[in-house]
Amino acid sequence: MEHIVIIGNGIAGITCARHIRKNSDAKIAVISAESDYFFSRTALMYVYMGHMKWNHLKPYEDWFWEKNRIELKKAWVDTIDFEEKTLHFSTEETMNYDKLVLATGSVYNKFGWEGQDLKGVQGLVSKQDLELLEENTKNCKRAVIIGGGLIGVELAEMLKTRNIEVTFLIREEAFWHNVLPIQDAQMISKHIKSHGVDLREKTELDKIIGDESGRVKSIITNSGEEIECQLVGLCTGVRPNIDFLKNSALETDKGILVDEFLQTNIKDVYAIGDCAQLKLPLSHRKPIEAVWYAGRMMGETLAQTLTGNAIKYKPGNWFNSAKFFDIEYQTYGNVSAKPGDNEMHFHWQHKDNTKAITIAFDANSNKFLGINTFGIRMRHSVFDQWLNENRKIDHVLANLKQANFDPEFYTRYEKEIFKSFKENLQKA
Amino acid sequence: MSKIEHNMSLTAEAPAKLSTTQRLASGIGLVGLFILVLAVANVNFPNKTLFLSLSLGLIAVGTIIFANDLYLGKHEGIKNDGVWFKSLSGRGFWAWILGITLTLFYVVLYWYPQYLGLNADGENTGIISLFDPLSQFISGNPASQWFVYGTLYTLAILIFGYKFILKYRNNRYEVIRTFSVMFFQLGFAFLIPEILIRLNQPYYNPANIWPLNYDLFTDYKINEFLSAGNVGVIMLAFGLISIFVITPILTYKYGKRWYCSWVCGCGGLAETAGDPFRQLSNKSQYAWKIERWVIHSVLVFVTVMTIAVLYSFLGDSANDFWLTKDVFLWGAAGFLTLLFAVIMIFKRKELAKDAKYGAIGYLVVILSIISINYFSGNGNIFFFGGYQLREWYGFLIGAAFSGVIGVGFYPIFGSRVWCRYGCPMAAILGMQQRLFSRFRITTNGGQCISCGNCSTYCEMGIDVRAYAQKGENIVRSSCVGCGICSAVCPRGVLKLENDDMDGRINSEEVLLGNDVDLMDLVNQKSK
Repeated sequence: MEHIVIIGNGIAGITCARHIRKNSDAKIAVISAESDYFFSRTALMYVYMGHMKWNHLKPYEDWFWEKNRIELKKAWVDTIDFEEKTLHFSTEETMNYDKLVLATGSVYNKFGWEGQDLKGVQGLVSKQDLELLEENTKNCKRAVIIGGGLIGVELAEMLKTRNIEVTFLIREEAFWHNVLPIQDAQMISKHIKSHGVDLREKTELDKIIGDESGRVKSIITNSGEEIECQLVGLCTGVRPNIDFLKNSALETDKGILVDEFLQTNIKDVYAIGDCAQLKLPLSHRKPIEAVWYAGRMMGETLAQTLTGNAIKYKPGNWFNSAKFFDIEYQTYGNVSAKPGDNEMHFHWQHKDNTKAITIAFDANSNKFLGINTFGIRMRHSVFDQWLNENRKIDHVLANLKQANFDPEFYTRYEKEIFKSFKENLQKA
Repeated sequence: MSKIEHNMSLTAEAPAKLSTTQRLASGIGLVGLFILVLAVANVNFPNKTLFLSLSLGLIAVGTIIFANDLYLGKHEGIKNDGVWFKSLSGRGFWAWILGITLTLFYVVLYWYPQYLGLNADGENTGIISLFDPLSQFISGNPASQWFVYGTLYTLAILIFGYKFILKYRNNRYEVIRTFSVMFFQLGFAFLIPEILIRLNQPYYNPANIWPLNYDLFTDYKINEFLSAGNVGVIMLAFGLISIFVITPILTYKYGKRWYCSWVCGCGGLAETAGDPFRQLSNKSQYAWKIERWVIHSVLVFVTVMTIAVLYSFLGDSANDFWLTKDVFLWGAAGFLTLLFAVIMIFKRKELAKDAKYGAIGYLVVILSIISINYFSGNGNIFFFGGYQLREWYGFLIGAAFSGVIGVGFYPIFGSRVWCRYGCPMAAILGMQQRLFSRFRITTNGGQCISCGNCSTYCEMGIDVRAYAQKGENIVRSSCVGCGICSAVCPRGVLKLENDDMDGRINSEEVLLGNDVDLMDLVNQKSK
């Protein structure tokens, strides 16, 4: 019987394993050093905030794996012998495979700052990071978070629930402006500040200062200001977790290079999820997409290939979601942070500063390109269809009601939005 | 795992701490409660009206101040910080103390009302006498233990309803729904029956529908209705129409939520006073299995019991009344068989295997009990007399299950234990919700991140995430439509909706955002 071994029990690896089992009787093993069972990484924050306990993070009950004959092995892979098709664990144990799936995920970036390895300096990606955060925040009065991305804002929310003062340094002029158009970014900046977070735009980290015991005691910003703190959160993005594969026959760049079938340069070795880098990404997608949804889709796709239905990874329209304190965010299609000449934006914002939409459309053809929606839930299926049908912005705004996904009895804003759109057109 | 959670209990102090105002408010509420405790201890208050008002007023004011301090002045949004760190909501020491206290209260209430001051001959004493002025004012009669219980129950729904509304003030579905349960409890469950008594009419709560109200079709109740003339006949007729006409129509249009989380008093308490405990429900598949067996057993029990009681009540001769013992019995058997046949013919495919076996098994049981006894000719249609069955049902289900376990164990098993495992009304509505209803919880394409907030905060123990992460709609018989899964979802994935029956149950495991060819392939495989 064919032995398929998957390194990494995150969403990519586990989805792959589940779908292989649906289609075949292959022997499946999933290896992880991080946790005994698959858990939802996106929900780590809720354990720290006391919304959930660790067990709630597990999407499948513990008996599920044995019942579906998916072997879970808790071990750390030191090296891989691709010639012999053998994994070498840190315990001297080995395991052979017929096909290997690398789904090793991400680690957080460290950019060589002075003091980045002091105690109390950490990122938040793994279960171990969460455990460390519990340790590091035991007597923490003030924290500094570096980097204005999704993990940064989550960490800020987490720390605020423990009454820890948070200073949040971001490089851009408004929160996540490398992804969000400026008006969206400014609204979120304002919202973050309204939660008592000391958000500092256009501020970067210069160095981290430690005390005699090797624990962080302050940081110095690029403007020379010193901020005392007991915790530094490194949230300046993640990178593929592939250090253990460097210096092997495996072709890598930032991530593990894969073709459209998610196969690496070595036969029978595949890579999916955060650690994979597509050699030829589709025009509307990036080579590395470290998001939950991409990992899940890759796992589903590769499982087909591994069970005899070779199929290319062709993700559909881009979509994503997040939550910034109390403001939910969804996006469908592509909305550029800094639109060029060919992309126009229509922006509507509610006066309470918790609801907004930004719609991107083609300046020449009026074709709808994508939407950012804040504080108003929208239907994925409707926008997916409009994008596939190449609808124009007029159609989208005239039919926006169809896309609403807010709970029943919620106030609806389609009319106000449509009116605002008409008025703006006349002005232009 | 243990490491994270152990650490948590150490560092958790900040979010679990009470503010000064909250301590003060708790103190005010406890003083009010203490007056009640003194009354139980037979302290004879000189001015009962004053002390009763003082007691209930202090409890209400304390809760309102507490809720204001907790939620007002903060951002609108989800307020679940520290839920699992707090002793009371995290199944800690105080949860057990509260659980045991509530349980003891129910034991005394049901079986030892004399300790509350109910005296067989003579005037009320103790806490019941404290409520005499209020009862006199509303119904013109002295209070009973049930009046005391009803008043406290209503007070709890009102004040904790207020707290719930503040907590979810960002969510209009929750706000409107909570006003609805507060209205039905105060008006329909508390005031109307008492006022009817004042008007010399039968005690009747139109929102308390058989089989939840298992006494509605018993001899003493029917006699009461019949002797009350037209009003009584209307009440009896409304009771029948409620379960056989109104209920199916509303459940078809809106799902069982119209009753379970908008009208029902049991649901009302669970959604308001029980809200801090919703996360304690058991989400395992094992619990789901137990749920299906137990709740349907209770339904069979109440059906058999009601048939038996009515059978004994009815006469033999068609000259006195057209509905004789025989007509009724064969009519009931025929109706059940017809109902079952309809379900099997039209909805066979949608029933899971064990549901089918369970249904067949139970139908056989009912029919065989009826026929064996009917043909045995001993005049006693069931193995036991109908009234014996009713007594047992009242003791086991009406008191022990719905009261002692259902509410007493809120802080341990969560707030909907009775509704989930026991309520026969929920069982009927649930069957219909699964098979003939426009209601569902829609999953928003591929947006689920499997975080688990929905499952954690589902008071009915539904593993909502299991469906959402596959892109499936949630169509479960137990769902009471409280809407909290949708509220706590951080990605806007869930929406309670009434829509067409077609495509309501989509069991295809396909997530939007994927390649279209892949979706076709996965779908073919799953067929």
